[in-house]
Amino acid sequence: MWFELQDLAIEHIIMVAISMLIAAGIAIPTAIWLTRRAAWHRWVLGFANILQTIPSLALFGFLIPIPFIGGIGKRTAIIALVLYALLPILRNTLVGIMGVDAAVRESAVAMGMTPRQVLWQVELPLAARTILAGLRVATVTTVGTATIAAAIGAGGLGVFIFRGIASVDSGQILAGAVPAALMAILADEGLGWIERRFAPA
Amino acid sequence: MSALVEFAGVSYSVGGREILRDISLRLEPGEKLILLGRSGSGKTTALKLVNGLLFPSSGHVLVEGKSTTEWDSVRLKRHTGYVIQESGLFPHFTVAANVGTVPKLENWPEQRIQARVSELLTQVGLDPKEFGARYPKQLSGGQRQRIGVARALAANPALLLLDEPFGALDPVTRLELQRQFQKLQTTAIFVTHDVREALLLGSRIGLLRAGSLEFLGPPPEFLHSQGEEARAFLEVLGAGHVV
Ligand SMILES: Nc1ncnc2c1ncn2[C@@H]1O[C@H](COP(=O)(O)OP(=O)(O)OP(=O)(O)O)[C@@H](O)[C@H]1O
Ligand SMILES: [Mg+2]
Repeated sequence: MWFELQDLAIEHIIMVAISMLIAAGIAIPTAIWLTRRAAWHRWVLGFANILQTIPSLALFGFLIPIPFIGGIGKRTAIIALVLYALLPILRNTLVGIMGVDAAVRESAVAMGMTPRQVLWQVELPLAARTILAGLRVATVTTVGTATIAAAIGAGGLGVFIFRGIASVDSGQILAGAVPAALMAILADEGLGWIERRFAPA
Repeated sequence: MSALVEFAGVSYSVGGREILRDISLRLEPGEKLILLGRSGSGKTTALKLVNGLLFPSSGHVLVEGKSTTEWDSVRLKRHTGYVIQESGLFPHFTVAANVGTVPKLENWPEQRIQARVSELLTQVGLDPKEFGARYPKQLSGGQRQRIGVARALAANPALLLLDEPFGALDPVTRLELQRQFQKLQTTAIFVTHDVREALLLGSRIGLLRAGSLEFLGPPPEFLHSQGEEARAFLEVLGAGHVV
């Protein structure tokens, strides 16, 4: 049981980490692109919003029959987790960058920064705290949601929980739920600590 | 010699409102033009037309003989030092990094940047050791303004645009900085709504009224101007000064 816990916890962490990397890799550039296209905000945020309202078990279920991305296992689980994580990262990156004082942005342009320099030297550092808050929220949620991934055979701490439910064994359920909760708290604290190291925008 | 800056029949409109109307003027190298005018008369707008933050709706703004629309946008701005009205410092940069912004963008070696930053901080009356590592929010309004001036001067621009650079300063510090400004050889356009400052610092005064250039000439001529807006500004000086 102890070794199994270790394996499942590691599997859980890897699943969450991969999902977060992919989600951030999609959501942050998309949000940056959106800051230059105000007309698209409503549509993209609306779409990400809808994704988030789909109950997680249903989303996992929907994905299974889809060719290439679907099926039973980790890949499907990661895709579902990514879809869930998009909204908070997307929204916070957008809000963070749009929230940079227009006078500061204009001053960066006036000093002769190129658009790329304005982004990297002014907009992203000033939005960093808000972006990290989005990553934190997304990570904490993903740690929890990832327990459901066991339902489609993706492993992780959810394995204990589902097994416990099937055998009406609350000890088993706790063996999955408590480490998952601890993991979420740790992620929250750790990312919160990094977040506070950045100046408020 | 050709003009360093020329406004040729420049108008600027936004949202159907004409903010500047048919402005024409030439600025020779070494000249210091003071743009004087009430709040909302278009002074800041006129400055932004010079470094290409804005472009004329009609007419041309020429810098070194070339229209701002033909300049490379980034080059024109690095060529021009700009003191922003509300200082516009980068809140996440230290004072030293703020002052060194343009030299850094221009890839000066680190040591040369540091030396230049120290020199400038001293020049605007702020001890580099005490202030260099601070952040803008740890400064008073007047100190921030002086950092804004130092930042604009950093890369020895050929042209300086100053938007009420001394507005938040006490009269004593203000006079010190005005004296230093007088010593600068750099061509400059200096915006103020303080007629005393205009008379002290300008080789020429341009008076803006609701977007039109109502007067353009040297200070002695301004003192004798019969224009309504010029008289209104001269009133401020008090009866003793009005000729
Ligand atoms: N983006 C804009 N959209 C609409 N109106 C504008 C815009 N920018 C400036 N204005 C208007 O143009 C006029 C001139 O503005 P400007 O900032 O040039 O004035 P100013 O002379 O610098 O005033 P102050 O002394 O208060 O700084 C004002 O009436 C202002 O409301
Ligand atoms: Mg102004």
